[in-house]
Amino acid sequence: MRNFASEIRSGLDQALENDPSVLVFGLGVPDPKGVFGTTLDLQEKYGEKRVFDMPTAENAMTGIAIGAALGGFKPVLTHQRLDFALLSMDQLVNNAAKWHFMFGGQRNVPITVRMILGRGWGQGPTHSQNLQSWFAHIPGLKVVMPALASDAKGLLLSSIFDPNPVIFLEHRWLHNAQTDEPETGKLIPLGEANLLRSGDAVTIVSVSYMTIEALHAVDVLQDQGISCDLIDLRTVSPIDWGKIEASVKKTGKLMMLDTGFKTNGFAGEVVARITERCWADLTAPPVRLTAPDYSESTSPALTKDYHIRAEHIAERVGSMLGKDISVEPILKLRGPHDVPGNWFTGPF
Amino acid sequence: MVYSITSEFALDLSRGMRRIRSVEEHIATRYSEQEMRCPTHLSSGQEAVSAAIGTILRNTDLAVSGHRAHAHYLAKGGDLNAMIAEIYGRVTGCARGKGGSMHLIDEKAGFMGSTAIVGGTVPVGVGLAYSLMLKGSDDITCVFLGDAVVETGVFFESLSFAALKNLPVLFVCENNFYSVYSPLSVRQSAVKKIHEKVAGFGVYTDEGDGNDVVSVHQKMSKAVNHIRSGKGPAFLEFETFRWREHCGPNYDDDLGYRPDQFIEEWNGRDPIANFEQQAITSALFTEADIDAVQSEIDTEVAAAFEFARASDFPSLEEASMHVFATAAEEGIFLK
Ligand SMILES: Cc1ncc(C[n+]2csc(CCOP(=O)(O)OP(=O)(O)O)c2C)c(N)n1
Repeated sequence: MRNFASEIRSGLDQALENDPSVLVFGLGVPDPKGVFGTTLDLQEKYGEKRVFDMPTAENAMTGIAIGAALGGFKPVLTHQRLDFALLSMDQLVNNAAKWHFMFGGQRNVPITVRMILGRGWGQGPTHSQNLQSWFAHIPGLKVVMPALASDAKGLLLSSIFDPNPVIFLEHRWLHNAQTDEPETGKLIPLGEANLLRSGDAVTIVSVSYMTIEALHAVDVLQDQGISCDLIDLRTVSPIDWGKIEASVKKTGKLMMLDTGFKTNGFAGEVVARITERCWADLTAPPVRLTAPDYSESTSPALTKDYHIRAEHIAERVGSMLGKDISVEPILKLRGPHDVPGNWFTGPF
Repeated sequence: MVYSITSEFALDLSRGMRRIRSVEEHIATRYSEQEMRCPTHLSSGQEAVSAAIGTILRNTDLAVSGHRAHAHYLAKGGDLNAMIAEIYGRVTGCARGKGGSMHLIDEKAGFMGSTAIVGGTVPVGVGLAYSLMLKGSDDITCVFLGDAVVETGVFFESLSFAALKNLPVLFVCENNFYSVYSPLSVRQSAVKKIHEKVAGFGVYTDEGDGNDVVSVHQKMSKAVNHIRSGKGPAFLEFETFRWREHCGPNYDDDLGYRPDQFIEEWNGRDPIANFEQQAITSALFTEADIDAVQSEIDTEVAAAFEFARASDFPSLEEASMHVFATAAEEGIFLK
């Protein structure tokens, strides 16, 4: 069975095989766990020059990736947590994102930086941050957030072969998600959202792991006679405005879901832009469901209500429509709130 | 080897190491109960460095550390009950359950905080040392770090500043050769050892066997005297070995990332067993003394776990608290 992690691995494998300029490196890339299974055996296959471990030197290694890219290579840098990659903000923002612009378009920086988003099991304030909005705020950086296992590979390959710096954000809770979709062998263009469910009640726009919760919610709503459009954004920068606008014109209602903090986050950007462009179409105030404006605590007692779940989404759709919704079918399937599934028993 | 140390001190060293080991092994045993719901990084096998520095630092000295901080916290006089409660996510934890195992604090003991981002507290420790220098005390700050920390830019930037300002800071590097599963050889050039690279900054350096608690203690005493007498920063590198997996309660030697022979050699260098054997041979203490120490520790550790498990979880409203601090009553006035 293919899962999200094996799809990522397969994407890296294919990129390395097809293009000798692709490099894959990062802390733990060749280790026995291979970054949650996503880089296993690649060093054996492609050698230590193209696939390698690195010092705990995130900022320097990002700059080195940029230099290698300017030298004709396509580096894929991986970080086990987004939080560790924050050390490289200077290189990402001041060099990677700017190079093409500040030198008048002479050169471009085709790097891909994979960052894994953590959550649950007491990951706490410094191992759980979803800072996609930071990156998406920077002109020149593309930001990709796959949700479905069946999209992971196509989006990764597009990122690797994109001529720009791409931040590729993998949610830890998706790595075991499975897919039985047939392999399409197709790249998924960056900036193209995916309409996963179709309906006329509410437009729900979502990214990454929130899309999984949204799918549960939308299906339960469907059983109660409410059908929603569910748009999986897939890229946070650039954003597929056309798909969102077309849907809002149909439904008149927008719900934005994000795994990141609310204030100054990209959910607010989507709401603002759609409000500007579709003011006359809106029949209710747009809604944002996101993480709250405080960090995730470690204690399980403090994370119970931290993350938006399917029941919150369904209930809120109900209140947007003035209808009573039963969330029983969702609650019945719930395990402990701080693990992705009962198979997870720690420690990280 | 015959030790020229007092019986009382020998027993102190033994107690310090056994206390850390007992706590860590107790965590390992109970982790599978799924009540400690956060990542934990244990120091079993590495107790000597912490226990030795614990007998040297004063309560008014300061310390900071990283993700593997239980031993440092305990050695610096941190509150055991509060640490275990923190790992259990309880409101009685040293950070009210908000930080977990990787974010320990006990300012009463001078333990100013440990954080999870590699290298994150190094400049903080140097800043604390600057504050001590400004106050004119002869207290020092101890910065605990692993071998991976010296790969970060912030380490060298901080070291450079500490040397520039001649700050009272002791860098204690526990070199256990691995960063998660990555050996030193894929992370650092082997042309020079860590302490040799640091020596290029003109600071006091020394190195040693991190599993030999007496020699660790001697080297630390010298370095701390150097710092307290105003001669500036010191960096100590001690080679040691972590017994268990990088993160979590298990052994992971089946993964094969550490050579068998290397594991065998280091397993034979248990800092506690080796020291106690020699101390007993030197008639510094007896098996019975050790047993008495251990049973005190067992009681204390059991009580700490009972305390933690009997403690309340923080109330849900605490989740949103402590984002911003509130200003003191007086505030600041414009002139
Ligand atoms: C900046 C940063 N990069 C990566 C990590 C992931 N990480 C956590 S612990 C660790 C290993 C650190 O090794 P070392 O400093 O030698 O300490 P040890 O775990 O061996 O005690 C790494 C790489 C991190 N926490 N922060």
